[in-house]
Amino acid sequence: MEYFFELFFSGLTRGSIYALIALGYTMVYGIIELINFAHGEIYMIGAFTALIVAGVLSLLGFNELSILALAALAAVVYSSAYGYTIEKMAYKPLRKAPRLSALISAIGMSIFLQNYVLLAQTSDFLPFPSLIPDFHFLEPIAHLITSAEVVIVVTTAVVMVILSFLIKFTRLGKAMRATAQDKDMAMLMGVNVNRVISFTFIIGSATAAIGGVLIASHIGMINFYIGFIAGIKAFTAAVLGGIGSVPGAVLGGLVLGWTESFATGYVSSDYEDVFAFTLLVLILIFRPEGILGRSTTQKV
Amino acid sequence: MMRIFSLEEIKKSFFTCLWFGFLTFPIMVVRVNTIEDVVEWRWNNLIIVVFGSFFLSFLWRYMIERKEAGRKKAESGEAEKKPLVRRIMDNPRIYRPLLAAVAIFVLSFPFLFSSYQTNIMTTALIYVMLGLGLNIVIGLAGLLDLGYVAFYAAGAYTYALLNYHFGLGFWTVLPLGAVVGAIMGILLGFPVLRLRGDYLAIVTLGFGEIIRLVMENWNEFSFGPSGIANIPRPGFFGMDLSLTAATNYIYYIMIGMVLITIFFVNRLQNSRIGRAWIALREDEIACQAMGIDKTKTKLTAFSLGATWAGMAGVIFAAKTTFINPASFTFLESAIILCIVVLGGMGSIVGVILGALVLILLPEYLRAFSDYRMVLFGATLVLMMVFRPQGLVSDVRRVYQFKGATEKGE
Repeated sequence: MEYFFELFFSGLTRGSIYALIALGYTMVYGIIELINFAHGEIYMIGAFTALIVAGVLSLLGFNELSILALAALAAVVYSSAYGYTIEKMAYKPLRKAPRLSALISAIGMSIFLQNYVLLAQTSDFLPFPSLIPDFHFLEPIAHLITSAEVVIVVTTAVVMVILSFLIKFTRLGKAMRATAQDKDMAMLMGVNVNRVISFTFIIGSATAAIGGVLIASHIGMINFYIGFIAGIKAFTAAVLGGIGSVPGAVLGGLVLGWTESFATGYVSSDYEDVFAFTLLVLILIFRPEGILGRSTTQKV
Repeated sequence: MMRIFSLEEIKKSFFTCLWFGFLTFPIMVVRVNTIEDVVEWRWNNLIIVVFGSFFLSFLWRYMIERKEAGRKKAESGEAEKKPLVRRIMDNPRIYRPLLAAVAIFVLSFPFLFSSYQTNIMTTALIYVMLGLGLNIVIGLAGLLDLGYVAFYAAGAYTYALLNYHFGLGFWTVLPLGAVVGAIMGILLGFPVLRLRGDYLAIVTLGFGEIIRLVMENWNEFSFGPSGIANIPRPGFFGMDLSLTAATNYIYYIMIGMVLITIFFVNRLQNSRIGRAWIALREDEIACQAMGIDKTKTKLTAFSLGATWAGMAGVIFAAKTTFINPASFTFLESAIILCIVVLGGMGSIVGVILGALVLILLPEYLRAFSDYRMVLFGATLVLMMVFRPQGLVSDVRRVYQFKGATEKGE
């Protein structure tokens, strides 16, 4: 039973991270119907920025908590900046082009960013400092769940609540929903569509960066390739929950996290990634609209 | 041109370069060495980025403007000037001698250059074949297949395993590789038929990764990451060939295969099924309304595309004599995609050009080869933004009605 709970919590943590990255996918897809292939890379860049900032600050002798705060802030700022720039350069000129073109452009961006970090930094795995402090009140159940895991799960929940609030109740959220429904009509109603799309990319990238910092300090290792696999898995989570839906992304992330965790725990750990990919293929074949998504019929 | 250097434009570029300086600062400039606890500051990178982005931003805006102008021209009905390659190809007086010169060069290549060069050329030719195969799926049928490398792997493993267990030779396995590729194409094709374009891309990507991961982990079947070594080269009527002769021999086999591929793809393109693919690419719903069987059309595209990858895989295994799963990563699929996109989707000449440029340039410009993948990524983005039709755009066959007695193109 203890093993079960261990797997349960590790699945919950994994799932939360997938959910944080999936939020970006789902929001971007909801608005411009593009799979932002470079989203995983934004997450990776967030983790690298945090690593670099934390490294510099720890040499300057800052204390742990301020390092965590500043590194996370830098990661969020830089990831958002990258997300914004990528949209302006690689997607905006293609908004009226066929969807295939934008997707190929996104794949190109992903390959470009991966190798840019590879060349500018290193191809080795870098040790990432564990920035999250240990909580004392967790000691009795420390063998089941670590404080880093608690922080990850709580952060995901908070981010999801904030995002849902933002989308439901603010002016920006209203503009986002309008743009998602009908871009041209929203424009006629005075919504600045370009700005809404930019904001969507910025918010999505920021959540990915938070995920990047949390997972990197939990696992303790990063390299330039982490974004690719994480990106595909987060995409799986987004599709699983129903792409375009914020609670769906979180639900999908959790389901995927548990699937992976239990499958590796009880079946075989060699095929960790195979389970995720198989799940993705199966959902897309049997229920492409996802758990919470609604199926749409194509109109002519 | 003068307008580009106005004060307004310089200001824009100035802000762009500041922005890029900020953007690339932590990753390009700072490097933390966590083992020795020192920070490396590489300020010269910052200077390169700032100056580079300052000048490139002029170019970027100029290109965007030119593209807009081109679009307006096309809208007002002004005929676009034919691209250079197309003009050459339409003129038989240049085209025929050029073709003859290329043929002579290609046939005498192994005698003119060292076997190292021949080897590189063979690799490039394998990519030509892969590009032409993927061109069927992406260029003609408009299905974005990101797991194309899985079929390539299937071909390579078919040869390696059949040879290891049953001692089958190259020429026996070559058609088998094609069959295995086609079957796998159909197997993958069936479940993904209902998916729309972008979902299809992700599923095929997942499929490609599953194949690679299984090959890596299923030691009993595929010998895992250590791969299979000592795969025999193609036999030449039972003779023992020296290494140079074997290299040349594979080169000529590859030339033959590429010619066959070109012939088939060209014939396919203008056939009933080829036209059905193009219709499917342009508009799926309209295509169905015209009575085209969507299922059959997609499946043939998948399986015919995969056939070439299967054969290319067999040749690859015979050429390198060693295969392991590391040769079949997603990046390989991305390179093949890049070849098709750079060359021009749907255009045979374009794909051949694209493969030669992308495979040979990094080989000969060694300084360049570190930046290979960065440039591939950038190529994909830039081609999509500025020239989505590729280097050599595909010309559609035009049927014109010229009265009751005369029929022609």
